[in-house]
Amino acid sequence: MSEKEHDTQVSVRGVGGTVRRLGRMVAEGQAGSLLVILMIAAIWIFFQVMNANFLSPANLTNLMLQNVAVATISIGVVLVLLLGEIDLSIGSISGLCAAVMAVLIIKHNVSPVLAVLAALATGAAIGLFTGFMVTRFRIPSFVITLAGLLAWEGLQLYVLGATGTINMPNDFVTKLTSTFFSSLIGLIIAVLAIVFMCGLAFLGRVRRRRAGLPAGPMRAQAIRIVLIGAVIVAAIVIFNKDRGLPLAVLIVVGLALAFAYITQQTRFGRHVFAVGGNAEAARRAGIRIDRVRIIVFVVASALAAGGGILAASRLLAVNQSSGGSDLLLMAIAGPVIAGTSLFGGRGSVWSALLGALVIGSIANGMDLLSLSSSVKFMVTGAVLMLAVTLEAATRLQRQTDD
Amino acid sequence: MNATTKAPPLLALKGVSKRFGPLEALTGVDFEVDAGEVVALVGDNGAGKSTLVKAIAGVQLCDEGTFFMRGTEVTVSSPKDATALGITTVYQDLALCDNLDIVANLHLGHERFVESAARFSGYIDEIEMEKSSLKLLESLAVTTIKDVRAHVASLSGGQRQAVAIARSLLGEPSVVLLDEPTAALGVVQTKQVLNCIRTLRERGLGVVIISHNLADVFEVADRIVVLRLAARVATFDVRGVSHEDVVAAITGAEFGAAPNEPKERT
Ligand SMILES: Nc1ncnc2c1ncn2[C@@H]1O[C@H](COP(=O)(O)OP(=O)(O)OP(=O)(O)O)[C@@H](O)[C@H]1O
Ligand SMILES: [Mg+2]
Repeated sequence: MSEKEHDTQVSVRGVGGTVRRLGRMVAEGQAGSLLVILMIAAIWIFFQVMNANFLSPANLTNLMLQNVAVATISIGVVLVLLLGEIDLSIGSISGLCAAVMAVLIIKHNVSPVLAVLAALATGAAIGLFTGFMVTRFRIPSFVITLAGLLAWEGLQLYVLGATGTINMPNDFVTKLTSTFFSSLIGLIIAVLAIVFMCGLAFLGRVRRRRAGLPAGPMRAQAIRIVLIGAVIVAAIVIFNKDRGLPLAVLIVVGLALAFAYITQQTRFGRHVFAVGGNAEAARRAGIRIDRVRIIVFVVASALAAGGGILAASRLLAVNQSSGGSDLLLMAIAGPVIAGTSLFGGRGSVWSALLGALVIGSIANGMDLLSLSSSVKFMVTGAVLMLAVTLEAATRLQRQTDD
Repeated sequence: MNATTKAPPLLALKGVSKRFGPLEALTGVDFEVDAGEVVALVGDNGAGKSTLVKAIAGVQLCDEGTFFMRGTEVTVSSPKDATALGITTVYQDLALCDNLDIVANLHLGHERFVESAARFSGYIDEIEMEKSSLKLLESLAVTTIKDVRAHVASLSGGQRQAVAIARSLLGEPSVVLLDEPTAALGVVQTKQVLNCIRTLRERGLGVVIISHNLADVFEVADRIVVLRLAARVATFDVRGVSHEDVVAAITGAEFGAAPNEPKERT
């Protein structure tokens, strides 16, 4: 159905039609990001009312930096969730890989860049193991990664040894989260991003028209670009009022862009969705579904390692509790809150960033209000419950619609 | 129709057997289909029809049996093998991905790439795929599907069936296997599917159709092969046989005593 038809339907049926259309969009996951953005706005307004410092450039920059690790891990979580699998070991993997990196740098004098690569490779190797166990022995990923959760944390303690805590020297690794771009570079990046976005949209329309296909409504696309462009500019302006655009934020957004491209535009991404939607259909279509699964576990574990490195960079240390506590839950809750299905086949890489922003904002705001851990856990738990209930409800809605 | 088999048949199977633990789903079944021929495979629930089709399609390998394409022996050990040989299948459960749109489902496993983009980037050519989807649905005279970007989850049973059939034709196959293609359809949609099957025959494809609806079978098939209790028990030319004969073969009323003695065999 073309958007034009949609529009006329709305004008004919009025409010009821609009509501129904919105409902359908939510059910199909199209309005997911819109809802999350509203959620973020509500959270921000609430905390700003409670504490006038919340929306200050310094705190917003901090908020972003606090979340780069979780967001990176969440990108991997999205990929695993798209398959209809789950990985409960990503927290432990991030801790273990950060420990490997720290030990290599401090105790073995390995160059920081090599140590980072070794940490990523360790993550990838663990993912290979998980993928192998899941595909070869048909062990549910829930079970094998639950075992991994414990095993990799044990290995982390072993790697760290008796001291338990390793402080990171001021070098390549710590610079990952303490480098800021100047105002000018920030603005240039913003302008480039917007030009790039417009160019892609324009090229896409030209190609479709040349192929004799309807190019879709221009207005909706324009509104989207204006909104995203406004967010980019606002973000850069806020960063520039503090210390500038953080390198770590650029890294995470770059990762999200890369994986958004892979999931939405490439054959591999299409196959990930197919396996998550109907694995048997994918198999019969000649897709090597085990290979797809293994690659996703490898990538997700490597991203978990990347998250661990960023966390170490930010905390300036790796210790026994790195990758522990609520990191795993945050990394899985974020994408789910932002609309990625726990049941496979539906979701988007952007939900990793949006979800991390929701959870991170709540955590940051509660810290500002100096609430106790008990309250923080309960609130975060309640938000997660709300999100999965919403997701289950839209899923039910979808089924009864058929 | 092509009863005098001088040229080797397009696809022939010899002695196909399949066990599920103690259960024999197929016992030494022979099967063949010629180019430009529609063969109906009939039999009661659990007779082994779907199992035979899955063996041909390479999704569920048989324990024994040899396959021949145009007289030369071939092996089918994966869905890819079957596709490479020009055999495609429309499954009873359709095997569509609900979470993907029609274009993506039609091209699943056979995505096209933008040629100018670097090959390793795997960049999918959505425009080319959308165009070929529209062309394909048009060539099948599928008029019920308005938007090829609709998610399959939102389609009706008949529309899903149309997508499944269209998908099987994308790779220019020579043999098409249809497992109960009209089971869930209304009168009009059934007519459309049967017309579509006739089109395939005219194009010179070998078509195998499984159906419980004998009216459909008599309308479209050239030859009827009856499976009963995992064995092939009879073969009929539609022109010289009555409904009753076929029903008798399916239920075993007449031929039950000699299941291993097909009525008309080479
Ligand atoms: N994967 C499987 N595991 C165990 N038994 C199976 C399996 N697939 C089929 N069978 C059994 O093999 C026999 C033949 O099944 P098949 O699906 O081929 O029947 P069919 O002729 O297609 O029946 P229907 O008309 O109901 O579709 C049945 O008894 C069925 O229970
Ligand atoms: Mg069947």
